[in-house]
Order: sequence, then structure tokens, then C-alpha cells
Amino acid sequence: MYSAQDYKKGQPRWCPGCGDHFFLANLHKAMAEIGVAPSDTAVISGIGCSSRLPHYMATYGMNTIHGRAAAIATGCKVANPDLTVWQVSGDGDGLAIGGNHFIHANRRNINLNMILLNNRIYGLTKGQYSPTSPRGFVSKSSPYGTVEDPFRPAELCFGARGHFFARAVATDAPGTIEVLKAAYNHKGTSVCEILQNCVIFNNGTHDAVYSKEGRAKNAIYLRHGEKMLFGENNEYGIVQDGFSIKPVKLGEEGYTEADVLVHDAHCEDNTLQLKLAEMEWPIALGVIRDVEAPTYDDCVWSQIEEIKGKKKYHNFAELLETNDIWEVQ
Amino acid sequence: MEIKEKESVVVRFSGDSGDGMQLAGNIFSTVSATVGNSISTFPDYPADIRAPQGSLTGVSGFQVHIGAEQVYTPGDLCDVLVAMNAAALKTQYRYAKPDAAIIIDTDSFGPKDLEKAQFKTEDYLGEMGIDPDRVIACPLTTMVKDCLKDSGMDAKSVSKCRNMFALGLVCWLFDRDLSVAFNFLREKFAKKPEVAEANIKVIQAGYDYGHNTHSSVANVYRIETKHKVPGRYMDITGNKATAYGFIAAAEKAGLKLYLGSYPITPATDVLHELSKHKSLGVITVQCEDEIAGCASAVGASFAGALAVTSTSGPGICLKSEAMNLAVIMELPLVVLDVQRGGPATGLPTKSEQTDLLQALFGRNGESPMPVVAAASPTDCFEMAFAASKMALEHMTPVILMTDAFVANGSGAFKLPNLADYPAINPPYVPEELRGSWTPYMRNEEGVRYWAVPGREGFEHILGGLEKDDKTGAISTNPENHDLMTRKRKAKIDAIPVPDLEVLGDKDDAELLIVGFGGTYGHLHAAMDELRAQGKKVALAHFRYINPLPKNTAEVLMKYPKVVVAEQNMGQLAAWLRMKVDGFVPMQFNQVKGQPFNTSELVTSFLNLVKS
Repeated sequence: MYSAQDYKKGQPRWCPGCGDHFFLANLHKAMAEIGVAPSDTAVISGIGCSSRLPHYMATYGMNTIHGRAAAIATGCKVANPDLTVWQVSGDGDGLAIGGNHFIHANRRNINLNMILLNNRIYGLTKGQYSPTSPRGFVSKSSPYGTVEDPFRPAELCFGARGHFFARAVATDAPGTIEVLKAAYNHKGTSVCEILQNCVIFNNGTHDAVYSKEGRAKNAIYLRHGEKMLFGENNEYGIVQDGFSIKPVKLGEEGYTEADVLVHDAHCEDNTLQLKLAEMEWPIALGVIRDVEAPTYDDCVWSQIEEIKGKKKYHNFAELLETNDIWEVQ
Repeated sequence: MEIKEKESVVVRFSGDSGDGMQLAGNIFSTVSATVGNSISTFPDYPADIRAPQGSLTGVSGFQVHIGAEQVYTPGDLCDVLVAMNAAALKTQYRYAKPDAAIIIDTDSFGPKDLEKAQFKTEDYLGEMGIDPDRVIACPLTTMVKDCLKDSGMDAKSVSKCRNMFALGLVCWLFDRDLSVAFNFLREKFAKKPEVAEANIKVIQAGYDYGHNTHSSVANVYRIETKHKVPGRYMDITGNKATAYGFIAAAEKAGLKLYLGSYPITPATDVLHELSKHKSLGVITVQCEDEIAGCASAVGASFAGALAVTSTSGPGICLKSEAMNLAVIMELPLVVLDVQRGGPATGLPTKSEQTDLLQALFGRNGESPMPVVAAASPTDCFEMAFAASKMALEHMTPVILMTDAFVANGSGAFKLPNLADYPAINPPYVPEELRGSWTPYMRNEEGVRYWAVPGREGFEHILGGLEKDDKTGAISTNPENHDLMTRKRKAKIDAIPVPDLEVLGDKDDAELLIVGFGGTYGHLHAAMDELRAQGKKVALAHFRYINPLPKNTAEVLMKYPKVVVAEQNMGQLAAWLRMKVDGFVPMQFNQVKGQPFNTSELVTSFLNLVKS
């Protein structure tokens, strides 16, 4: 049995009020609940404010180079599948410079718990727009507003055939811990988008859901097998709308609770899950998609075991003998 | 029929990329090696996968050099040229000696073939100035069809056996025992015995054809083996030997072998080879890009594997940041650079030594990294083993340089016994440091200890940011950065490497030839030739480039004249001038994408000796 304290190290140096502080505390708690020993845990990040996180972990870990965390975590997990590997990136690290590794990790389905701390800004380089900043966003590098559309992380994950996507707000301890535990329990690449505020360069970006009151009004907590109800008194629900879905107020336009859809995170077809992930109101939180599939690392090792059984050579000396050999007397 | 005793003979098989010239060449070299001849082979293939059939750009060649004594190179020009079509004759004849025997398939010299090969008339021999008496012209395709008419094989499969007819002819020309070739084919096609037997039938037909019809015009060559080194041998290419070296090192170190890689010519065969050997527990991950190839290897190294990433020059450009991560985290990693012609995409299938300065310096910051280079196809095994041992014992990325020439070329490989190789002992954190250990504590050789995840009590964080020497925490302290920079350099400088060996007239040479890596064979052959002409010449060939052997300055400054010969514009010369005070060598530089030509080297060096 471990406590959050067992995963904690050092004094974080993020700005006061930064969403990373909240997330870190929640990660410590989630790890304690999961109960994997710190010595069997590796936390691997890239570069950016949020990528400082491994320095505050009492586990094994690396704070590597910009964008490469997913690739480095891949090698770590495949070479030593006994380790529980958490990969931590910001939106710039994970989706801009590291976008290629992000999609391929999802496609391969490596058993990584992938944390995407999304504050829609480059903080460490002091305030440039990121690949998740909305069109028209004004920043130091876009003084007249950006002229490009942002990535929507879930869409990217699903487009890369990702099998797990969840979302939480950094300040929401129960919501974050629930999502992190689900990510750990899911075998395969588990993407957790953490909505996180940058108090200095993008303050208020997630205001709609950053406070408990905000979430009560503007968020829906999704749970597999449960009706998709939300609002301060569950007065709203998600219903089917032709080929799409929409939020409705129960009792209006003839909608009743019977019309509200039941969330199916395990559904192989990601169509509705994508719709849920992309809703602007309410914002979907919790585990949006969680579908079982073979993991890359398991397959690598089971193939090795299978071939060991089939081939007759198992060491270097035996390997040499598989060649055409001649003898000079 | 005249039987010519020869010291060595060069045979070049050439044809369309799909004509199976490499297989014919491989079987011929194996057949020759079995009788104890020394062998060296080199494939010369085009960058296109399959250029249009019969076109000049689609010709590929495979050259085999067999010798009574040690041969060091695949040879400059050939004694026998096999040209399977008009385009092959057109492009490959320039590799033939003036008195070479030329074997052609007259069925592939029709009007269309001649047009595709850009001959102007039907007198192709006249156009090329080839004496018809030197040509063994046979309707090879017709005879293969005839030979297999009762086999029930379709036309395409029959045509695939043409290479074996040419091989049969060559075996006759060299008085070779066909049974070795038969065994080779029966093993290669163990699952398709009918294919093996068809090929065997065609080889025999080719052999008989030579024996019956050409005994009056051609010579039969005999190459007797002079100095046999008893033992068991196999033919091995440089890339395969490199893969074997990594497998051997992982086994010796008791570690998993991890390769992160991305397809790139001419390095991909290492990925192919290692991905076959799952029964040895080898993990290969074909990554999304070169960057991930290296980055994932860094991750695997952190996790406790012998981690390797393989590539060629353009891939090194992309990997350099992740290589530097291994430098600052002080994790073991072997980076294989199979050099090809550059810059940019350059000459993907051709050979150069133009990445040396990139290997030594091509990264940001003070980034010392050991660099070693393999001298021959079989030496790739030794250097892959040595690079792995160096990386694991000194906790550093190591660059292993080969090139397209040694990677694709082959030689007779005396089967190594792992028991004869040194142990590999990575510096795992000693148990007695439990409680007091910090990540950058070093052993007496200045090497950071290795704590592999999974070990309780040694949890730690590494990273790309500078760390405090004592605590391992992030540090921007100016004194600490200077100290860490010096410690990383001192660690590399202190790596022990073997002394530089001087071959030839080591006491009284007038000229010292200096080279590195894959040019060893040609430089050695040039030295032998010069000494045979009575000149006093020595050769010092570098396999360890950073750190340099301790006796480097002593050797380089000892001789009146020194020439550094390399396939670049003077990169080794520049490095040596930087490291050895007062060293001012002459230079021989060539960047043609082709191996050195021994006779060109001899001519050039003779001028240096005279001047």
C-alpha cells in the first residue's frame, strides 16, 4: 500500500495558480490508489512547463527533449513491459513538434498512459499560440490573431485509431483521479486530455469548466452504461438528433429521460464518441472511449515467445550454425 | 584448352536488376571459398527498384574477387564479365580488363535490346571495340528454355533460371566443383525442391556448354589456395556482420537487444537481419521516423536494454538531438551510420566517407561521443561488438561508422567463438551505495552508474537539462555546467582503445598511407603493390577515431611523408591535424560514390614517393 506522499518529490516551480500544480497532486493520489510501486513506474515527459513534472515524482523518469516523449516512452515500454509508463506532454510538445509520435503511439496501441496537459498556449517560451489555440487567437506570435484552425485532440486520437480517450479538468480532483485510474486500467495507449489553465499567458481559457460551479453548468460527466444527463439538477440530457447528437432540456420539445442516450465507451465504432468529445456545450468529461484491443508491447513479446518455440536456435553459437558453412582444413 | 594459373581473378556478373546476378555471384563466391580461396564481393546496384527492363539505368552488377592469397578488395577491373543483356554490356564493359573474357546471352541482343541499350548498329561488339575472340556468345535464353522444356514450369519461372546457366559457365571456366553449388541450392530452396532441381539442371547445362563448345577459345583458370587458415567459415556481408556483432554483444552482456530503426538505404539490411532473430529475443521496432528510431532506443536504454539505432547519413541528421539526449543523460546507445553519398539524399546506393565530421561534431553544445569505424565486411562484427561494449561500459552513445561498400560487400567470416571475446560489464550501481546514491555519481573511470528501472531504492529522474554533479537535480549554476562539461569530455577521452597498428615497412617507410573505415582493403592492396615494386611504404588504418589511439601522434610524425587517403574532401586529415600538433599530411581525396581503384591509388602514391 502506498500513499500519495510515496510518489512525491521536491518543490514544484510552476507559477502560483498554474493548473499543473493541481494535476500533479491528483496524479500522486491516483498513483497511490493504483498502487504500482514507484520503482516499477516510469514517468516520461518532453519539454515545456508541464514536462517538468517528472522532477516532482519519486518514481523513475525522464524529462527528455521537445516532442519526443511518446517515442522514448515507446522504447522504454517495449524493452521493459513490466514497467508502468506514464507519458506527460503539453499541447505543443505532444501535438505540434511531437504530433507524429502521438498519432503513431495511438495507432500501434502501446500500453502507455498518455497525459496531454492542454492549456492552449506555449508557456515556457512565454506566450505563443499552440496547435490547440482557437482560430483568431491573439498571442505574442499572432498579434493580429491566428489564421489557422486548431487540432481537437480527440479527433486526432480517433483518426489515429486510438482506443482510449478521456478528459478531465486539472482542478477537479475526483474527475482527474477517476480518469487516470481508468487510463491505467486500460491496456493500450490511453490518452487523457487534461484541461489546464495558464495563469500568465492564457488565463481563463477553460473558465467554463474550471470551477465546480462551472462544471455543474457546462460539463457532462460521462460514465459507461449510464444515461448522459447533466446540469445542476440533471435537467439536461444528450439525445440523438438525426445522424448527430444534441443537448436538450428534459420536458421541453417533448423530450423525456427515456430519450436520453446511454453512454457506451466500449463501442468499437467511435462515431458517437467523437461527437461527444467535440461538443462545445456541454463539455464532455470522463472516459469517452475505452475499447479493448491487442497492445503492441504484448504482441512483440508474444511473437518472440512464439518464434522461440518454432525456431531451433536460441543463442549466438546456434545462430551461426544456421548459415552455409564450409570448413578449411 | 589452356589452363592458366592465376593468383587472383575477378568476375563481374551483370544484368537487369531482376536477373538474379547477386545470387549467381553469391553461389560462385561460396563455391570458391569452400576450396579455401580468399573472397571479397561487392554488389553495385541502381537506386531504382526496377528500372525498365533492358534499360541502361536498370543494370546491376555483382563483383567477386577470389584469390590464392588474401584478397583485400573486390578488385578494380574484372577478368570475366557476364553480361546478361545489351544494356549490361554497354554499361559494365568499362569494368573489364582489356583481355577479359566476356560471356553474353545473344538472345538478349535483338534489335529492341540494342535500341534500349542505345547501340547505333547491330555490330555491338565493334561499337564497343571488343575482340570477338574474347567473347563467349551463347543463346543462353534459348538453351535454358530447351533445358527446362519438360519441367512443366511457366515461361517466367524458366527465365528466372538464366542466371544459373551463366553461373554454370563461370564454374566451368574456373574448374569449380559443382556439388557445392548444388548443395547450396538444395538448402536455399528446401521448401521448393522442384525449383532447386530446375536450377541445378541449368547450372549443369551451362557447365557442359562451356566444356563442349568453347574449350578451344577460352582459358580455364585455376586459383590454388596458398595459405589456408583452418577453421569453419561463412560468407557474410558487412550489414549482416554488424547485426551479428550486436547480437553477440547483447548475449555477452546478458541484456536484451533493442533496435529502433527506420528504413533507409544502405542500412536497412541490419533491420531486416535483426528482425529475423526473435528466437534470440531481439526486439526490433520499425518506427514512424528516424527521430523515433533513436528516441525509442534511448527509452529502451533507460529501461535496461542494449539499445541500437541504425541509419545512414540523412538519418543521423534527424537523430542528432536524441543522440545528444543520450550524451547528457549518459545512457548507453549504439548509433550505426552506414554512410552513403551525400549531401541530402545524394547517392543513396553508393559509398562515401563523408559523414566523419558530422559524427564527431554534428550536434549542439559540447557533445563528445566515441566514433569507431569498421574496416571490412567481417570487421563489422568486431566493431559492432566493440562499439556495444564501449557504450555499455562507459555509459555513452557510440557512433559506429560503416559505409555502403563494406555493408553490401562480403567476405569469408571465420566463425567466432564468443568465449574468446571479452566480458561486457556495465557499471550497475553497487548495492552498498543504496541510500547515498545520486544519479550522477561516477566510478573511478568517471563513468556514471546505471540504475535500471524496476530496482527498488534507486528511483531517479534523468533529463536533457543540465544536472547538478552532486544531487542530480536541474542546475543552471555556471561552475557546475563547466564541471559537468569537463566530466563528460574526460569520460570519453579516458576510454581505452587499441594502439594504431602500422603495416608494411613500419621501420623505414618513405611513405605512410593513412586511412579509416571501409577503404582498408584498397589501401592495403595499394601498399602491397607499391612494396612489390620495391618502394618502402607503410599503412596506418584507423578503426578508433574518437578517442584516437594513444600512439597516434608518434606514428603520424615518424615518417618523412604521410598521405591521408579518404573518400571525402579531407575530413580525417582535418581531425588528425586538430589532434596532432604540427601534423601536415598530403591528401588523396575522391568522392565518386565508388570504392577506391587500387591502380589509381598506386599511381598517385608513386608520384608522392617520387616528388
